[in-house]
Amino acid sequence: MTVEIKMPALSPTMEEGTLAKWLVKEGDEVRSGDILAEIETDKATMEFEAVDEGRITSLVIPAGTEGVKVGAVIATLAGEDEGASAPPALPAAKAEAPAPSPAPAPTASEPAPAAPAMPAPSSGERIIASPLAKRIAAGRGIDLTAVAGSGPNGRIVKADVEALAGIAPATASMGAGAAAPSIAPPAMQPQDFGIPHVAEKLSSMRRTIAWRLTESKQQVPHIYLTVDVRLDALLALRGEINAALEPQGIKLSINDLLIKALAKSLEAVPECNVQFAGDQLLKFARADIAVAVSIPNGLITPIVADAGAKSVSSISKEMADLAARAKEGKLAPHEYQGGTASLSNMGMFAIKQFDAVINPPQAMIMAVGAGERRPFVIDDALAVATVMSATGSFDHRAIDGVDGARLMQAFRQLVENPLGMLA
Amino acid sequence: MAEPYDLVVLGSGPGGYVAAIRAAQLGLKTAIVEREKLGGICLNWGCIPTKALLRSAEIFHYMNHAADYGLAAKQISADLDAIVKRSRGVASQLNAGIAHLMKKHRVAVHMGEGRLSAPGTLEVKGEKGTEALSARHIIVATGARARELPFAKADGKRIWTYRHAMTPPEMPTKLLVMGSGAIGIEFASFYNDLGAEVTVVEMLDRIVPVEDADVSAFLEKALAKQGMTILTGAGVEGLEVSASGVKARIKGKDGKVGAQEFSHVISAVGIVPNTEDIGLESLGVAMDRGFIKIDPFGRSVVKGVWAIGDCTPGPWLAHKASHEGVTAAEAIAQELGNKDVHPHPLDRRNIPGCTYCHPQIASVGLTEAKAREAGYEVKIGNFPFIGNGKAIALGEADGFVKTVFDAKTGELLGAHMIGAEVTELIQGYVVGKQLETTEAELMQAVFPHPTLSEMMHESVLAAYGRALHI
Repeated sequence: MTVEIKMPALSPTMEEGTLAKWLVKEGDEVRSGDILAEIETDKATMEFEAVDEGRITSLVIPAGTEGVKVGAVIATLAGEDEGASAPPALPAAKAEAPAPSPAPAPTASEPAPAAPAMPAPSSGERIIASPLAKRIAAGRGIDLTAVAGSGPNGRIVKADVEALAGIAPATASMGAGAAAPSIAPPAMQPQDFGIPHVAEKLSSMRRTIAWRLTESKQQVPHIYLTVDVRLDALLALRGEINAALEPQGIKLSINDLLIKALAKSLEAVPECNVQFAGDQLLKFARADIAVAVSIPNGLITPIVADAGAKSVSSISKEMADLAARAKEGKLAPHEYQGGTASLSNMGMFAIKQFDAVINPPQAMIMAVGAGERRPFVIDDALAVATVMSATGSFDHRAIDGVDGARLMQAFRQLVENPLGMLA
Repeated sequence: MAEPYDLVVLGSGPGGYVAAIRAAQLGLKTAIVEREKLGGICLNWGCIPTKALLRSAEIFHYMNHAADYGLAAKQISADLDAIVKRSRGVASQLNAGIAHLMKKHRVAVHMGEGRLSAPGTLEVKGEKGTEALSARHIIVATGARARELPFAKADGKRIWTYRHAMTPPEMPTKLLVMGSGAIGIEFASFYNDLGAEVTVVEMLDRIVPVEDADVSAFLEKALAKQGMTILTGAGVEGLEVSASGVKARIKGKDGKVGAQEFSHVISAVGIVPNTEDIGLESLGVAMDRGFIKIDPFGRSVVKGVWAIGDCTPGPWLAHKASHEGVTAAEAIAQELGNKDVHPHPLDRRNIPGCTYCHPQIASVGLTEAKAREAGYEVKIGNFPFIGNGKAIALGEADGFVKTVFDAKTGELLGAHMIGAEVTELIQGYVVGKQLETTEAELMQAVFPHPTLSEMMHESVLAAYGRALHI
C-alpha cells in the first residue's frame, strides 16, 4: 500500500510552509512517531512526525522548498501491509479543518482524490455560513450540514455554531484563558484485519454524538451516585390518574412522571441545576429536562422546558408530540438544544442499572433502569416490592458529591411519595 | 375616536420616521406624531446641521493653509452668521424632505404633543386642540436632550447646550467645553478652527473615553498642536456668569482648584431621555434611569408598546435608532400576521461611531482594552496615514487605522481609525463585521489604489505581520 505523506497544517491559519529539512532519506524505514522533517511556518519551525510505518519510497518535495501548500504531497511511503485492500480512509476533519498539531496531516491510503474545499452536504445543497462560523466549526469538528442557521435567509452565523458546540457567549467562556481544546474526531486509520465488512460514512448526527460524548468523557470529571427506588406508590398513582384522564385520551407513562420528579428534585436542590462555564457557574432558575429519545441511527434529546412548573398531563402531551416529531426528524433546533439536565431511561429493555455520559454543557444526567419485582426489606421484614435503580452522573467540577447525593435523595423521596410532585 | 392605526410612532427623529416608512412599506396603516419639527434632533439640531458647520470650518482651515497646496488666499475671514445660515438652510431642506417621504409612503403626520393615555390610545395635543389616536402598536421614539449640571444651567447667552452652540448669538473668543464626548469635541474643534481659544475639560483620564486608548492619545496630541487646551482628570466645580463672561472654577488633575475667565461655556456632559410625562409610568412601562427597557426587537414590558433610539439604552446614535426602527417595524408586522418578514435582533457590537472633529474619528466593535478584558487573545494591526500615498497627496498624513482580531478564530473584533475621511471609511469594516469576516477574507479583498481605504487592508495585514508599506 502506498501512503502519501502530505504537508501538514501546523496551525489553524497555516496555508503554506517551508519544507526546511528532511530528516529521512529515500529507502529509510520509518516507524510511527519518527521525525520525518522540519517544517517552517511564519511563526515557528516544527518537527513533523510520521503516523504510518513503512519505507520511504520517494521524497517528492526537496528540502528548502518554500511555499509548499498545506495538503500537497511531500513524500510517499510503502506501507507494511502492502497488498491488502484498504478501505477508504475515514474522512478526517476535511481540508477546511486542518487538524491542530500535534495531529499530523491526515494521510490517505490509495491515491487520494483531491479533497473538496468544502464538505459537500449530502443533499448537494450549498451551505450558507459566515466565514467565521465556518472557521469555528472547522476548528471544533462541527459538521455545518447539521447546523440550523439563524442569520438572514437561514445563514449560519457564529452564534449558531457556538450554541451547538455548547460554547457560552464570548464573555462567559473566554475568561481565565480557558482554551477550549478542539474536539475534532481523531483521524483514525481503519483496521479491518481482512474481515469482510462494509464501510459506512458517518452521518452528521453520528459525528456530533461522537465528538460530544468524547468531549464529555475527556473533559468532565463524572461522579456516579445510585439509589434504589420503590415504585409501587408511583405505579398506583399512575393507574388512578390514567383512569381519571382516560376520557381525555391521555395516558401517562412512568417516564412522564420521572421527568416531573427530576425537575422538582432540581428545584429542591438547585446546586445541581447548574452549568460549569470556565470561570463562572451558571445557576439556572428553572429546570428544563432533556429527554433522551432513540431515533433511527442515533439519538436526540428533545427538551421539556420548565418541567417543574408543568402538570404531568401537559408533560405527557408535550413528550408524546416531541418524541413523535423527533422520530420523523422534524424537531426545530430550539426544541433539542439547551436543557439544564437530562433523563435517560432504559427500563423498557430490562436494563437493571447504567451510568450515563453527561451531555455538555449540562452538569447532570439521570439514568433510570427497569422497575422490577425484587426482594425488599420493608419494616424489617423481607417482602417483595417493585424497585428501580437510578444513577445520577454529575459534573464534579460544578457539583459536590453531597449535593449530588441530596438530589438523588430528593428524587427517591418524590418517586416514593408521588403526591408530592403533584402538589 | 379617530380611525384605528396599526402603528403610531411617537417622535419623528431618525428612529421614528424610519420606523414609520418601514411599517408603511410592509402595508401597515401608520401615523407619526411630532411636537416640533419632522426629522427630530438629528436632522434639525444635531448630526446634519453640525456637519454643515464643520464643513465650513474645514474649508476655512484649508483656506488658511492654502500655501501648503501651492495656492494663495488673502484676507480670509469667517462670517459666523453666514455659516449658521447655511447650516440652517441644510436642515430645513432635509426637513422638507422628510415631509415629502411621509406623504409618499402615506404616513399620516399628526403635529402636537403626544401622550399614551391608555393601552392602545395616544392623545395628541396640537394647535387645533386634542385628538385621540387609536393604535394597535405604539413605538416610543421620543429621543433625548442635553443633560444639565445643576450649577451650569444653560441660559443661551453665556452658557450653551449643543443647541445654542449651533445657532450662536456671537462668536466666542475664549470657550470652555465641558465634556469630551462626540458632541463636546466636535464643537471644540469647530470653534477652534474658527479662531476661538478653546479649553476642554474631561473628568476621565482621557478624551473621547469610549474610543480606543490609542485614538484618545492621538487626538489629544493633535488638538493640543492646533492650540487647544485639554484638561483631563479635571472637573468644573462652579460657574459664575457676569456681564463680560463666565468665571469657571476648575479642579485640576492635581486636585487644586483654580479660577479662569471664559467668554462662553458649552455644556456637553451627556444626555437624558425624554420619557417623562408621556404616560409611560401609568401604563407600567419599565425604565432604568429614565431609559425604556426593551428586548432585542424593541418590545417594552407592556404589550403593544415599543421603544427605539435615544430613549432606550445606548449607544445614543442616529443610525442605531434608525436600525432599531426598522427592526421594531418588522417585528410589529410579524405580530400582525406578516409571515414574510424576518426581523433580526441588533448586534450592538456592530454599531459604528463617528466623531467629526479634526482629525476625524471612526470606530466599530471592541477596543483593544475591552477585547483583552473580555478574555480574548488578540492580534493588533496598526497602519499609519504616513504610509499611504493618497493621504500624503491629500496633505493629510496624520492618523492611523487600528484593527483588533481574535487570535484564535480570526474574528474581526474591532476597528479604530483617526484621520482624514475615516468616517466615510469605517463602513467597510462594519460590513465585514456584519458578515462575520475573518482576516482571510479581508486580506483577499482587493482595495482600490490610490485611496485611503488601502490603509484598512494594510492594517489587517499588519495584524498578521504582513503589512506591505511599513
